[in-house]
Amino acid sequence: MTVTEAATDTVVIARGVRKAFGDHVVIDDLDLEIRSGEFVALLGRSGSGKSTFLRALGALDGDFEGFVRVPERRAIVFQDPRLLPWQRVLTNVTVGLPATAAVRAQARAALSEVNLTDKAKVWPRTLSGGEAQRVALARALVREPELLLLDEPFGALDALTRIKMHGLLLALCRMHQPAVLLVTHDVDEAILLADRVIVLTDGSISLDVDVAVPKPRARDSHEFATLRRRLLAELGVTGEIQL
Amino acid sequence: MATVLARTRADTRIEPNATLIDPRALAGKRQRKQFVPRALQRLLGPVLLVALWQLLSSTGVFNERTVPPPSRVVSAAVHLIADGSLQDHLLTSLLRVGYGAAFGIALGLTLALVSGLSRVGENFVDANMEVLRAVPNFALVPLLIVWFGISEVPKITLITLAVAVAIYINTFSAIRSVDAGLVEAARSFGVGRAELIYRVILPGSLPGFLVGLRLALTASWLSLIFAETINAKKGLGRMMTDAREYFQIDVVFVLIGVYAILGLTSILIVRFLEARLLTWRRAYDGD
Repeated sequence: MTVTEAATDTVVIARGVRKAFGDHVVIDDLDLEIRSGEFVALLGRSGSGKSTFLRALGALDGDFEGFVRVPERRAIVFQDPRLLPWQRVLTNVTVGLPATAAVRAQARAALSEVNLTDKAKVWPRTLSGGEAQRVALARALVREPELLLLDEPFGALDALTRIKMHGLLLALCRMHQPAVLLVTHDVDEAILLADRVIVLTDGSISLDVDVAVPKPRARDSHEFATLRRRLLAELGVTGEIQL
Repeated sequence: MATVLARTRADTRIEPNATLIDPRALAGKRQRKQFVPRALQRLLGPVLLVALWQLLSSTGVFNERTVPPPSRVVSAAVHLIADGSLQDHLLTSLLRVGYGAAFGIALGLTLALVSGLSRVGENFVDANMEVLRAVPNFALVPLLIVWFGISEVPKITLITLAVAVAIYINTFSAIRSVDAGLVEAARSFGVGRAELIYRVILPGSLPGFLVGLRLALTASWLSLIFAETINAKKGLGRMMTDAREYFQIDVVFVLIGVYAILGLTSILIVRFLEARLLTWRRAYDGD
Protein backbone atom coordinates (compact mmCIF):
# COMPACT_ATOMS: atom_id res chain seq x y z
CA MET A 1 0.00 0.00 0.00
CA THR A 2 1.27 3.46 -0.76
CA VAL A 3 0.65 6.60 1.16
CA THR A 4 -1.74 8.05 -1.42
CA GLU A 5 -4.13 5.15 -0.96
CA ALA A 6 -5.20 6.30 2.48
CA ALA A 7 -8.90 7.14 2.71
CA THR A 8 -9.77 10.82 2.82
CA ASP A 9 -11.13 10.69 6.36
CA THR A 10 -7.98 9.08 7.73
CA VAL A 11 -6.52 11.08 10.60
CA VAL A 12 -3.62 8.82 11.55
CA ILE A 13 -1.29 7.20 9.05
CA ALA A 14 1.64 5.15 10.27
CA ARG A 15 3.76 3.14 7.82
CA GLY A 16 6.79 1.09 8.65
CA VAL A 17 7.28 2.66 12.06
CA ARG A 18 10.37 1.32 13.80
CA LYS A 19 11.87 2.25 17.10
CA ALA A 20 14.81 0.69 18.88
CA PHE A 21 16.58 1.38 22.13
CA GLY A 22 20.08 0.24 21.21
CA ASP A 23 19.77 -3.37 20.05
CA HIS A 24 16.33 -3.79 21.56
CA VAL A 25 13.66 -3.26 18.89
CA VAL A 26 10.50 -1.97 20.56
CA ILE A 27 8.38 -1.20 17.50
CA ASP A 28 9.09 -3.21 14.38
CA ASP A 29 7.62 -2.21 11.00
CA LEU A 30 4.25 -1.14 12.34
CA ASP A 31 1.46 -0.04 9.98
CA LEU A 32 -1.73 1.57 11.25
CA GLU A 33 -4.48 3.84 10.04
CA ILE A 34 -7.16 5.42 12.15
CA ARG A 35 -10.19 7.07 10.58
CA SER A 36 -11.88 10.20 11.79
CA GLY A 37 -14.07 9.53 14.82
CA GLU A 38 -12.88 5.94 15.15
CA PHE A 39 -12.18 4.53 18.62
CA VAL A 40 -9.21 2.17 18.49
CA ALA A 41 -7.92 0.25 21.49
CA LEU A 42 -4.31 -0.85 21.41
CA LEU A 43 -3.75 -3.90 23.58
CA GLY A 44 -0.46 -5.45 24.47
CA ARG A 45 1.48 -6.95 27.27
CA SER A 46 3.88 -4.70 29.14
CA GLY A 47 6.93 -4.09 27.01
CA SER A 48 5.02 -4.74 23.79
CA GLY A 49 5.76 -1.20 22.58
CA LYS A 50 2.21 0.16 22.84
CA SER A 51 3.09 3.17 24.98
CA THR A 52 6.16 3.84 22.86
CA PHE A 53 3.93 3.95 19.78
CA LEU A 54 1.53 6.36 21.47
CA ARG A 55 4.44 8.59 22.44
CA ALA A 56 5.54 8.64 18.81
CA LEU A 57 2.05 9.65 17.62
CA GLY A 58 1.77 12.25 20.37
CA ALA A 59 5.04 13.93 19.33
CA LEU A 60 6.47 13.21 22.77
CA ASP A 61 9.28 11.22 21.23
CA GLY A 62 10.54 12.13 17.77
CA ASP A 63 13.28 9.53 17.66
CA PHE A 64 11.76 6.81 15.44
CA GLU A 65 11.89 5.69 11.82
CA GLY A 66 9.05 5.43 9.34
CA PHE A 67 6.25 7.51 7.89
CA VAL A 68 3.78 9.02 10.35
CA ARG A 69 1.10 11.66 9.89
CA VAL A 70 -1.15 12.89 12.69
CA PRO A 71 -3.54 15.85 12.93
CA GLU A 72 -2.32 19.11 14.33
CA ARG A 73 -5.03 19.14 16.97
CA ARG A 74 -4.08 16.30 19.29
CA ALA A 75 -4.42 15.84 22.99
CA ILE A 76 -3.05 13.28 25.38
CA VAL A 77 -4.36 11.86 28.64
CA PHE A 78 -1.60 10.16 30.59
CA GLN A 79 -1.86 7.40 33.14
CA ASP A 80 -1.15 9.89 35.92
CA PRO A 81 -3.17 13.11 35.62
CA ARG A 82 -0.05 15.31 35.41
CA LEU A 83 -1.86 18.40 36.68
CA LEU A 84 0.29 21.31 37.78
CA PRO A 85 -0.11 21.22 41.57
CA TRP A 86 0.50 24.98 41.88
CA GLN A 87 -2.22 26.01 39.42
CA ARG A 88 -5.92 25.92 40.16
CA VAL A 89 -7.99 23.35 38.28
CA LEU A 90 -9.32 25.86 35.74
CA THR A 91 -5.83 27.10 34.87
CA ASN A 92 -4.74 23.50 34.46
CA VAL A 93 -7.47 23.03 31.87
CA THR A 94 -6.50 26.16 29.92
CA VAL A 95 -2.75 25.56 30.08
CA GLY A 96 -1.07 26.35 26.77
CA LEU A 97 -4.15 28.15 25.42
CA PRO A 98 -4.46 31.93 25.07
CA ALA A 99 -5.63 33.57 28.32
CA THR A 100 -8.89 34.98 27.00
CA ALA A 101 -12.37 35.07 28.49
CA ALA A 102 -13.61 32.85 25.67
CA VAL A 103 -11.04 30.17 26.47
CA ARG A 104 -11.93 30.30 30.15
CA ALA A 105 -15.60 29.90 29.27
CA GLN A 106 -14.75 26.86 27.13
CA ALA A 107 -12.70 25.44 29.99
CA ARG A 108 -15.64 25.89 32.37
CA ALA A 109 -17.86 24.12 29.85
CA ALA A 110 -15.33 21.28 29.62
CA LEU A 111 -15.26 21.00 33.41
CA SER A 112 -19.03 20.82 33.53
CA GLU A 113 -18.94 18.05 30.91
CA VAL A 114 -16.83 15.99 33.32
CA ASN A 115 -19.13 17.02 36.22
CA LEU A 116 -16.53 19.13 38.00
CA THR A 117 -18.07 22.59 37.67
CA ASP A 118 -17.61 23.30 41.38
CA LYS A 119 -13.94 22.30 41.38
CA ALA A 120 -12.72 25.03 39.01
CA LYS A 121 -11.06 27.04 41.77
CA VAL A 122 -9.54 24.32 43.94
CA TRP A 123 -5.95 23.07 44.05
CA PRO A 124 -5.37 19.76 42.23
CA ARG A 125 -4.06 18.17 45.42
CA THR A 126 -7.53 18.27 46.94
CA LEU A 127 -8.99 16.11 44.15
CA SER A 128 -9.51 12.38 44.31
CA GLY A 129 -7.78 10.18 41.73
CA GLY A 130 -10.90 9.94 39.59
CA GLU A 131 -11.57 13.68 39.78
CA ALA A 132 -7.99 14.49 38.79
CA GLN A 133 -8.24 12.19 35.81
CA ARG A 134 -11.50 13.87 34.80
CA VAL A 135 -9.72 17.23 34.89
CA ALA A 136 -7.08 15.69 32.62
CA LEU A 137 -9.89 14.64 30.27
CA ALA A 138 -11.34 18.15 30.33
CA ARG A 139 -7.90 19.58 29.62
CA ALA A 140 -7.63 17.32 26.58
CA LEU A 141 -11.16 17.87 25.26
CA VAL A 142 -11.18 21.66 25.61
CA ARG A 143 -8.73 21.63 22.70
CA GLU A 144 -11.37 19.91 20.50
CA PRO A 145 -8.79 17.35 19.36
CA GLU A 146 -9.14 15.43 16.11
CA LEU A 147 -7.03 12.75 17.74
CA LEU A 148 -7.29 11.85 21.41
CA LEU A 149 -4.43 9.72 22.73
CA LEU A 150 -5.16 7.87 25.95
CA ASP A 151 -2.20 6.18 27.61
CA GLU A 152 -3.74 3.73 30.12
CA PRO A 153 -5.78 6.63 31.52
CA PHE A 154 -7.75 4.51 34.00
CA GLY A 155 -4.95 2.18 35.03
CA ALA A 156 -4.40 3.81 38.40
CA LEU A 157 -8.08 4.09 39.34
CA ASP A 158 -10.08 1.73 41.52
CA ALA A 159 -12.46 -0.67 39.77
CA LEU A 160 -15.67 1.20 40.63
CA THR A 161 -14.32 4.59 39.57
CA ARG A 162 -13.05 2.99 36.38
CA ILE A 163 -16.56 1.80 35.45
CA LYS A 164 -17.90 5.34 35.87
CA MET A 165 -15.02 6.75 33.82
CA HIS A 166 -15.80 4.33 30.97
CA GLY A 167 -19.34 5.66 30.74
CA LEU A 168 -18.15 9.25 30.91
CA LEU A 169 -15.52 8.71 28.24
CA LEU A 170 -18.03 7.13 25.84
CA ALA A 171 -20.48 10.01 26.36
CA LEU A 172 -17.76 12.58 25.75
CA CYS A 173 -16.53 10.81 22.63
CA ARG A 174 -20.06 10.73 21.24
CA MET A 175 -20.26 14.47 21.85
CA HIS A 176 -16.87 15.52 20.49
CA GLN A 177 -16.27 12.78 17.90
CA PRO A 178 -12.47 12.65 18.09
CA ALA A 179 -10.51 9.72 16.74
CA VAL A 180 -9.26 7.87 19.82
CA LEU A 181 -6.28 5.65 20.38
CA LEU A 182 -6.60 4.00 23.77
CA VAL A 183 -3.54 2.17 25.00
CA THR A 184 -4.49 -0.37 27.64
CA HIS A 185 -3.72 -3.80 28.98
CA ASP A 186 -7.28 -4.31 30.16
CA VAL A 187 -9.08 -6.56 27.65
CA ASP A 188 -12.56 -5.81 29.05
CA GLU A 189 -11.94 -2.09 28.83
CA ALA A 190 -10.87 -2.43 25.20
CA ILE A 191 -14.00 -4.41 24.24
CA LEU A 192 -16.33 -2.12 26.19
CA LEU A 193 -15.08 1.08 24.60
CA ALA A 194 -13.52 0.49 21.22
CA ASP A 195 -14.79 0.14 17.65
CA ARG A 196 -11.64 -1.76 16.80
CA VAL A 197 -9.09 -3.60 18.90
CA ILE A 198 -5.48 -4.05 17.89
CA VAL A 199 -3.09 -6.38 19.65
CA LEU A 200 0.56 -5.48 19.61
CA THR A 201 3.00 -8.33 20.06
CA ASP A 202 6.74 -7.75 20.09
CA GLY A 203 6.39 -4.38 18.40
CA SER A 204 4.10 -5.28 15.53
CA ILE A 205 0.37 -5.82 15.06
CA SER A 206 -0.58 -9.45 15.58
CA LEU A 207 -4.35 -8.98 15.54
CA ASP A 208 -6.63 -6.24 14.22
CA VAL A 209 -10.31 -6.92 14.83
CA ASP A 210 -13.52 -4.88 14.65
CA VAL A 211 -15.59 -5.14 17.80
CA ALA A 212 -18.93 -6.61 16.70
CA VAL A 213 -20.44 -6.74 20.17
CA PRO A 214 -23.81 -4.93 20.01
CA LYS A 215 -24.17 -1.76 22.11
CA PRO A 216 -24.72 -1.24 24.95
CA ARG A 217 -22.03 -3.78 25.54
CA ALA A 218 -22.58 -6.21 28.37
CA ARG A 219 -19.70 -8.17 29.81
CA ASP A 220 -21.90 -11.23 30.17
CA SER A 221 -23.00 -11.35 26.51
CA HIS A 222 -21.88 -14.23 24.32
CA GLU A 223 -20.11 -12.00 21.77
CA PHE A 224 -18.23 -10.23 24.54
CA ALA A 225 -17.03 -13.49 26.05
CA THR A 226 -15.97 -14.88 22.67
CA LEU A 227 -13.95 -11.82 21.73
CA ARG A 228 -12.51 -11.64 25.22
CA ARG A 229 -11.27 -15.23 24.95
CA ARG A 230 -9.76 -14.54 21.55
CA LEU A 231 -7.93 -11.42 22.70
CA LEU A 232 -6.63 -13.07 25.86
CA ALA A 233 -5.35 -15.98 23.79
CA GLU A 234 -3.61 -13.51 21.50
CA LEU A 235 -2.02 -11.94 24.57
CA GLY A 236 -0.88 -15.37 25.68
CA VAL A 237 -3.16 -15.92 28.66
CA THR A 238 -6.24 -18.00 29.30
CA GLY A 239 -9.12 -16.41 31.13
CA GLU A 240 -9.11 -18.97 33.94
CA ILE A 241 -6.92 -19.02 36.98
CA GLN A 242 -4.90 -22.21 36.93
CA LEU A 243 -4.33 -23.98 40.17
CA MET B 1 -17.45 -35.47 75.52
CA ALA B 2 -20.25 -33.72 73.74
CA THR B 3 -21.24 -31.84 76.85
CA VAL B 4 -17.71 -30.60 77.38
CA LEU B 5 -17.56 -29.24 73.84
CA ALA B 6 -20.89 -27.53 74.24
CA ARG B 7 -19.83 -25.89 77.46
CA THR B 8 -16.59 -24.64 75.95
CA ARG B 9 -18.50 -22.93 73.19
CA ALA B 10 -20.88 -21.34 75.65
CA ASP B 11 -17.97 -20.13 77.80
CA THR B 12 -16.33 -18.47 74.82
CA ARG B 13 -19.35 -16.29 74.38
CA ILE B 14 -19.17 -14.89 77.90
CA GLU B 15 -15.51 -15.04 78.83
CA PRO B 16 -13.26 -14.87 75.73
CA ASN B 17 -10.12 -16.89 75.39
CA ALA B 18 -7.61 -15.48 77.86
CA THR B 19 -4.93 -15.08 75.16
CA LEU B 20 -7.07 -12.56 73.23
CA ILE B 21 -6.54 -8.94 74.10
CA ASP B 22 -8.33 -5.66 73.64
CA PRO B 23 -6.35 -3.75 70.94
CA ARG B 24 -7.12 -0.47 72.69
CA ALA B 25 -4.86 -1.55 75.52
CA LEU B 26 -1.89 -1.60 73.13
CA ALA B 27 -2.73 1.44 71.00
CA GLY B 28 -1.05 4.66 72.11
CA LYS B 29 -2.88 6.86 74.59
CA ARG B 30 -5.17 9.35 72.99
CA GLN B 31 -3.83 12.87 72.95
CA ARG B 32 -5.17 14.92 75.82
CA LYS B 33 -6.66 18.31 75.22
CA GLN B 34 -3.95 20.97 75.27
CA PHE B 35 -4.55 23.81 77.70
CA VAL B 36 -1.23 25.57 77.12
CA PRO B 37 -0.43 26.57 73.51
CA ARG B 38 2.25 24.43 71.89
CA ALA B 39 4.52 27.44 71.30
CA LEU B 40 4.55 28.19 75.04
CA GLN B 41 5.19 24.55 75.88
CA ARG B 42 8.25 24.60 73.67
CA LEU B 43 9.62 27.53 75.70
CA LEU B 44 9.87 25.27 78.74
CA GLY B 45 13.35 24.02 77.83
CA PRO B 46 15.01 27.44 77.46
CA VAL B 47 13.23 28.79 80.57
CA LEU B 48 14.48 25.86 82.66
CA LEU B 49 17.98 26.34 81.29
CA VAL B 50 18.03 30.02 82.30
CA ALA B 51 16.64 29.14 85.72
CA LEU B 52 19.39 26.55 86.18
CA TRP B 53 21.97 29.10 85.05
CA GLN B 54 20.69 31.65 87.59
CA LEU B 55 20.73 29.00 90.31
CA LEU B 56 24.29 27.90 89.57
CA SER B 57 25.42 31.56 89.48
CA SER B 58 23.71 32.43 92.77
CA THR B 59 25.19 29.43 94.54
CA GLY B 60 28.63 30.39 93.27
CA VAL B 61 29.22 27.30 91.08
CA PHE B 62 29.80 29.58 88.08
CA ASN B 63 32.61 32.12 88.28
CA GLU B 64 30.92 35.51 87.98
CA ARG B 65 33.81 36.89 85.91
CA THR B 66 33.47 34.30 83.15
CA VAL B 67 29.78 33.43 83.46
CA PRO B 68 27.75 36.43 84.63
CA PRO B 69 24.29 35.57 86.02
CA PRO B 70 21.25 36.09 83.72
CA SER B 71 20.17 39.05 85.82
CA ARG B 72 23.42 40.90 85.00
CA VAL B 73 23.14 40.03 81.29
CA VAL B 74 19.62 41.48 81.28
CA SER B 75 20.71 44.64 83.04
CA ALA B 76 23.62 44.99 80.57
CA ALA B 77 21.11 44.70 77.72
CA VAL B 78 18.86 47.32 79.31
CA HIS B 79 21.84 49.61 79.71
CA LEU B 80 22.98 49.14 76.07
CA ILE B 81 19.46 49.84 74.81
CA ALA B 82 19.02 52.86 77.10
CA ASP B 83 22.13 54.62 75.84
CA GLY B 84 21.13 53.75 72.24
CA SER B 85 24.38 52.01 71.35
CA LEU B 86 22.81 48.58 70.72
CA GLN B 87 20.23 49.99 68.27
CA ASP B 88 22.92 52.04 66.54
CA HIS B 89 25.21 49.07 65.94
CA LEU B 90 22.29 46.76 65.17
CA LEU B 91 21.00 49.11 62.45
CA THR B 92 24.42 49.19 60.76
CA SER B 93 24.58 45.39 60.80
CA LEU B 94 21.00 45.04 59.59
CA LEU B 95 21.74 47.34 56.65
CA ARG B 96 24.79 45.27 55.71
CA VAL B 97 22.80 42.04 55.85
CA GLY B 98 19.89 43.70 54.04
CA TYR B 99 22.00 44.84 51.11
CA GLY B 100 23.97 41.62 51.05
CA ALA B 101 20.81 39.51 51.10
CA ALA B 102 19.13 41.59 48.38
CA PHE B 103 22.12 41.49 46.04
CA GLY B 104 22.83 37.86 46.88
CA ILE B 105 19.27 36.71 46.20
CA ALA B 106 19.21 38.58 42.88
CA LEU B 107 22.58 37.18 41.85
CA GLY B 108 21.91 33.63 43.02
CA LEU B 109 18.50 33.52 41.36
CA THR B 110 19.79 34.89 38.07
CA LEU B 111 22.65 32.40 37.96
CA ALA B 112 20.32 29.52 38.93
CA LEU B 113 17.98 30.41 36.06
CA VAL B 114 20.82 30.73 33.54
CA SER B 115 22.28 27.45 34.70
CA GLY B 116 19.03 25.61 35.33
CA LEU B 117 17.29 26.43 32.07
CA SER B 118 20.12 25.68 29.67
CA ARG B 119 22.93 23.17 29.39
CA VAL B 120 25.25 25.84 27.99
CA GLY B 121 24.51 28.04 30.99
CA GLU B 122 25.20 25.13 33.30
CA ASN B 123 28.59 24.60 31.65
CA PHE B 124 29.53 28.21 32.28
CA VAL B 125 28.11 28.71 35.75
CA ASP B 126 27.69 25.51 37.72
CA ALA B 127 31.28 24.39 38.27
CA ASN B 128 32.27 27.90 39.33
CA MET B 129 29.51 28.03 41.92
CA GLU B 130 30.45 24.59 43.23
CA VAL B 131 34.01 25.81 43.71
CA LEU B 132 32.81 28.97 45.44
CA ARG B 133 30.63 26.84 47.69
CA ALA B 134 33.60 24.63 48.60
CA VAL B 135 35.77 27.60 49.60
CA PRO B 136 35.18 28.75 53.19
CA ASN B 137 33.73 32.23 53.15
CA PHE B 138 36.27 33.54 55.61
CA ALA B 139 39.15 32.68 53.25
CA LEU B 140 37.93 35.37 50.87
CA VAL B 141 38.31 38.16 53.43
CA PRO B 142 41.99 39.02 52.68
CA LEU B 143 41.28 39.19 48.95
CA LEU B 144 38.23 41.38 49.44
CA ILE B 145 40.25 43.76 51.60
CA VAL B 146 42.99 43.98 48.96
CA TRP B 147 40.46 44.62 46.21
CA PHE B 148 37.94 46.88 47.94
CA GLY B 149 39.78 48.31 50.94
CA ILE B 150 38.08 48.44 54.32
CA SER B 151 34.90 50.25 53.29
CA GLU B 152 31.38 48.80 53.28
CA VAL B 153 32.01 47.19 49.87
CA PRO B 154 34.01 44.12 51.00
CA LYS B 155 31.60 43.53 53.90
CA ILE B 156 28.51 43.58 51.73
CA THR B 157 30.30 41.59 49.01
CA LEU B 158 31.14 38.84 51.47
CA ILE B 159 27.50 38.54 52.57
CA THR B 160 26.31 38.75 48.97
CA LEU B 161 28.53 35.82 47.97
CA ALA B 162 27.38 33.64 50.85
CA VAL B 163 23.72 34.35 50.10
CA ALA B 164 24.15 33.89 46.35
CA VAL B 165 25.79 30.49 46.80
CA ALA B 166 23.03 29.18 49.09
CA ILE B 167 20.28 30.49 46.81
CA TYR B 168 22.00 29.21 43.68
CA ILE B 169 22.72 25.67 44.88
CA ASN B 170 19.16 25.05 46.07
CA THR B 171 17.32 26.83 43.28
CA PHE B 172 19.40 25.18 40.57
CA SER B 173 18.78 21.72 41.96
CA ALA B 174 15.07 22.55 42.40
CA ILE B 175 14.78 23.64 38.76
CA ARG B 176 16.44 20.44 37.64
CA SER B 177 14.19 18.28 39.76
CA VAL B 178 10.92 19.72 38.45
CA ASP B 179 8.86 16.66 37.44
CA ALA B 180 9.81 15.84 33.83
CA GLY B 181 6.33 14.38 33.34
CA LEU B 182 4.75 17.77 34.03
CA VAL B 183 7.10 19.48 31.60
CA GLU B 184 6.34 16.85 28.96
CA ALA B 185 2.59 17.16 29.49
CA ALA B 186 2.73 20.96 29.38
CA ARG B 187 4.70 20.86 26.13
CA SER B 188 2.21 18.42 24.63
CA PHE B 189 -0.54 20.94 25.35
CA GLY B 190 1.26 23.61 23.37
CA VAL B 191 2.93 25.45 26.24
CA GLY B 192 5.72 27.62 24.83
CA ARG B 193 9.10 28.41 26.35
CA ALA B 194 8.05 31.52 28.28
CA GLU B 195 4.87 29.99 29.66
CA LEU B 196 6.78 26.83 30.56
CA ILE B 197 9.17 28.90 32.67
CA TYR B 198 6.65 30.98 34.58
CA ARG B 199 3.89 28.41 34.83
CA VAL B 200 5.78 25.17 35.36
CA ILE B 201 9.46 25.59 36.18
CA LEU B 202 9.44 28.64 38.45
CA PRO B 203 6.50 27.57 40.63
CA GLY B 204 7.86 24.05 40.64
CA SER B 205 11.21 25.19 41.99
CA LEU B 206 9.75 27.62 44.53
CA PRO B 207 9.93 25.14 47.46
CA GLY B 208 13.63 24.58 46.72
CA PHE B 209 14.22 28.31 46.47
CA LEU B 210 12.65 28.82 49.89
CA VAL B 211 14.90 26.16 51.39
CA GLY B 212 17.78 28.07 49.82
CA LEU B 213 16.46 31.32 51.29
CA ARG B 214 16.39 29.82 54.76
CA LEU B 215 20.00 28.66 54.46
CA ALA B 216 20.98 31.95 52.82
CA LEU B 217 19.65 34.05 55.69
CA THR B 218 21.47 31.87 58.21
CA ALA B 219 24.62 32.16 56.11
CA SER B 220 24.19 35.93 55.90
CA TRP B 221 24.43 36.32 59.70
CA LEU B 222 27.45 34.07 59.78
CA SER B 223 29.14 36.12 57.05
CA LEU B 224 28.25 39.30 58.89
CA ILE B 225 30.41 38.17 61.80
CA PHE B 226 33.31 37.54 59.42
CA ALA B 227 32.63 40.78 57.53
CA GLU B 228 32.69 42.87 60.68
CA THR B 229 36.14 41.64 61.55
CA ILE B 230 37.22 43.85 58.63
CA ASN B 231 37.96 47.03 60.55
CA ALA B 232 34.31 47.86 61.18
CA LYS B 233 33.68 51.14 62.99
CA LYS B 234 30.15 50.08 63.76
CA GLY B 235 28.08 46.97 63.86
CA LEU B 236 27.45 44.03 66.15
CA GLY B 237 30.86 42.60 65.26
CA ARG B 238 32.52 45.80 66.42
CA MET B 239 30.61 45.64 69.69
CA MET B 240 31.72 42.05 70.10
CA THR B 241 35.37 42.96 69.49
CA ASP B 242 35.19 45.82 72.00
CA ALA B 243 33.47 43.64 74.59
CA ARG B 244 36.22 41.07 74.24
CA GLU B 245 38.97 43.70 74.49
CA TYR B 246 37.49 45.19 77.68
CA PHE B 247 36.45 41.78 79.04
CA GLN B 248 32.76 42.72 79.22
CA ILE B 249 31.48 39.14 79.26
CA ASP B 250 27.93 40.29 80.01
CA VAL B 251 27.92 42.29 76.74
CA VAL B 252 29.21 39.22 74.88
CA PHE B 253 26.22 37.29 76.25
CA VAL B 254 23.86 40.07 75.19
CA LEU B 255 25.28 39.98 71.66
CA ILE B 256 24.98 36.20 71.44
CA GLY B 257 21.34 36.67 72.43
CA VAL B 258 20.89 39.30 69.71
CA TYR B 259 22.39 36.97 67.09
CA ALA B 260 20.03 34.22 68.25
CA ILE B 261 16.99 36.50 67.96
CA LEU B 262 18.08 37.66 64.48
CA GLY B 263 18.57 34.08 63.30
CA LEU B 264 15.21 32.98 64.65
CA THR B 265 13.51 36.00 63.08
CA SER B 266 14.97 35.09 59.68
CA ILE B 267 13.58 31.59 59.98
CA LEU B 268 10.18 32.97 60.95
CA ILE B 269 10.22 35.21 57.86
CA VAL B 270 10.89 32.22 55.61
CA ARG B 271 8.20 30.17 57.36
CA PHE B 272 5.74 33.00 56.77
CA LEU B 273 6.69 33.13 53.08
CA GLU B 274 6.31 29.36 52.80
CA ALA B 275 2.86 29.50 54.34
CA ARG B 276 1.82 32.26 51.94
CA LEU B 277 3.43 31.02 48.73
CA LEU B 278 2.97 27.29 49.03
CA THR B 279 -0.75 27.13 49.79
CA TRP B 280 -1.15 24.62 46.96
CA ARG B 281 0.84 22.11 48.94
CA ARG B 282 -1.71 21.92 51.71
CA ALA B 283 -3.94 18.92 51.50
CA TYR B 284 -7.16 20.76 52.11
CA ASP B 285 -8.07 24.34 51.31
CA GLY B 286 -11.50 24.80 52.75
CA ASP B 287 -14.99 24.57 51.35
